[in-house]
Amino acid sequence: MSAHDLPLLEVRDLAKSYGGLQALKPTEFDLWPGEVLAIVGESGSGKTTLLSCLTGHVPADGGSVRFRSSEGAAVDLLQMAEAERRLLARTEFGFVHQNPRDGLRLNISAGGNIGERLMAAGWRHFGRIRAEALAWLDRVEIDRSRIDDLPRGFSGGMQQRLQIARNLVTRPRLVLMDEPTGGLDVSVQARLLDLLRRLVAELDLAVVIVTHDLAVARLLSHRMLVMRRGQVVEHGLTDRVLDDPQHPYSQLLVSSILAA
Amino acid sequence: MSGAYNFAYLDEQTKRMLRRAILKAVAIPGYQVPFASRDMPLPYGWGTGGIQVTAAVLGQDDVLKVIDQGADDTANAVSIRAFFAKTARVATTERTAEATVIQTRHRIPERRLHAGQILVYQVPIPEPLRFLEPRERETRRMHGLADYGAMHVKLYEDVARMGRITTSFAYPVKVAGRYVMDPSPIPKFDNPKLHDCPALQLFGAGREKRVYAIPPHTTVESLDFEDHPFEVQRWDRPCGLCGSTESYLDEVVTDDRGGRLFCCSDTDFCRERRDSNRMDEGR
Repeated sequence: MSAHDLPLLEVRDLAKSYGGLQALKPTEFDLWPGEVLAIVGESGSGKTTLLSCLTGHVPADGGSVRFRSSEGAAVDLLQMAEAERRLLARTEFGFVHQNPRDGLRLNISAGGNIGERLMAAGWRHFGRIRAEALAWLDRVEIDRSRIDDLPRGFSGGMQQRLQIARNLVTRPRLVLMDEPTGGLDVSVQARLLDLLRRLVAELDLAVVIVTHDLAVARLLSHRMLVMRRGQVVEHGLTDRVLDDPQHPYSQLLVSSILAA
Repeated sequence: MSGAYNFAYLDEQTKRMLRRAILKAVAIPGYQVPFASRDMPLPYGWGTGGIQVTAAVLGQDDVLKVIDQGADDTANAVSIRAFFAKTARVATTERTAEATVIQTRHRIPERRLHAGQILVYQVPIPEPLRFLEPRERETRRMHGLADYGAMHVKLYEDVARMGRITTSFAYPVKVAGRYVMDPSPIPKFDNPKLHDCPALQLFGAGREKRVYAIPPHTTVESLDFEDHPFEVQRWDRPCGLCGSTESYLDEVVTDDRGGRLFCCSDTDFCRERRDSNRMDEGR
């Protein structure tokens, strides 16, 4: 049995309440290596809570998130000591924030932003760190000459691409994205989606992408979960859910797409 | 007048609290221990942390030396020395070799310290990660988890911009292979002296309410890159007064026609060398 036959991530009974409000009802799903899973739903449906519980940014109330690390052993992210979780977060995970300002260090040059995870992983050779940063600027289509510029001078699309480079530089196996195309104009969105699609295929990434934009889900994802009021109401292959929605809420969601 | 103050100004309970913090700091080299910093009769930034640590470790038989930028005769050094001469009536000296407690701002004496001596640093910002992470909660967690990758980002930025590590003071070090520490704004020239020092080194930050320590003979490494190793400042001329080629030099402007003198910043070291030069000539 090869590594591809086992799920990378097994989520079981993951739940979270804020006081009396159950933001996330017990949820379960699997994610296989190389698979892109979209989580869609309207604002307040629990998408971001689900993502935050996966990373441990927000402590979950119960359940388990088993992650198969590169050594092959499955570990429960929720039971893990914080030191180990941080090590995993630096090496095997990526997290792309909706607002690149949350995911970048704005007072550090683009090269420093990309190099940070490498240095955290123990790289101590300046020349090699810089060469890797340049290679990643190429991959995310940012001009090499901008390597020493501060990201605060970058456009929104460039900042988002830099954030992606910063996350992917250590070759993570799982990337979580929270509305990566939110706040970008349509043409910039399209370029970013192209880029993401290429990188996902090249690096064989497993991705969980949270979005309210069904077009983004259609373009990027293989499977999709539809969430409403903290609950997964429908899940299946992306094309199936979008072309033949079963749950009334999914039907409403699909029918509310504006035809261009 | 002297009857109005407790020995070394602080009351005994305060000194006890400080000594507890210092003991903890010595037990965990490089770890910043919080303490209840008191108001001192001088402003923050003038050495309130150092002066409290000195007050806590000072005994009646101690001999105190105070230096500011290496010099014994600058305002800060003179007033702190006078303060303890008055409130603790301890003996004071300008000679590094004779002192048992040395309070310092921005320098480590050139002469190698010996066992039994205590070097007390005045520290403005104790947190080496502050430049990268403004949240105290987060920096403490980073220390706790030894999550120090971000520390090299600062050095990376130097090399990327200037082609070399330009951080020349407050150069971050790793103490005993564990905690990353800010050695206070000493020039990086002095960093090698932190390593394996026979004297006890104590750091006090009054405004930030932290003490930390390097016990005698502790490993202290300066952070660097493989292809840009740590190196110290060098001068292309010797000290204009004593001729030393291995001390840290200050540039002193001597007139308004561009005249300048490079001389040792450690005044005691310079005096000692000039005295021995004179003896050699007299022979």
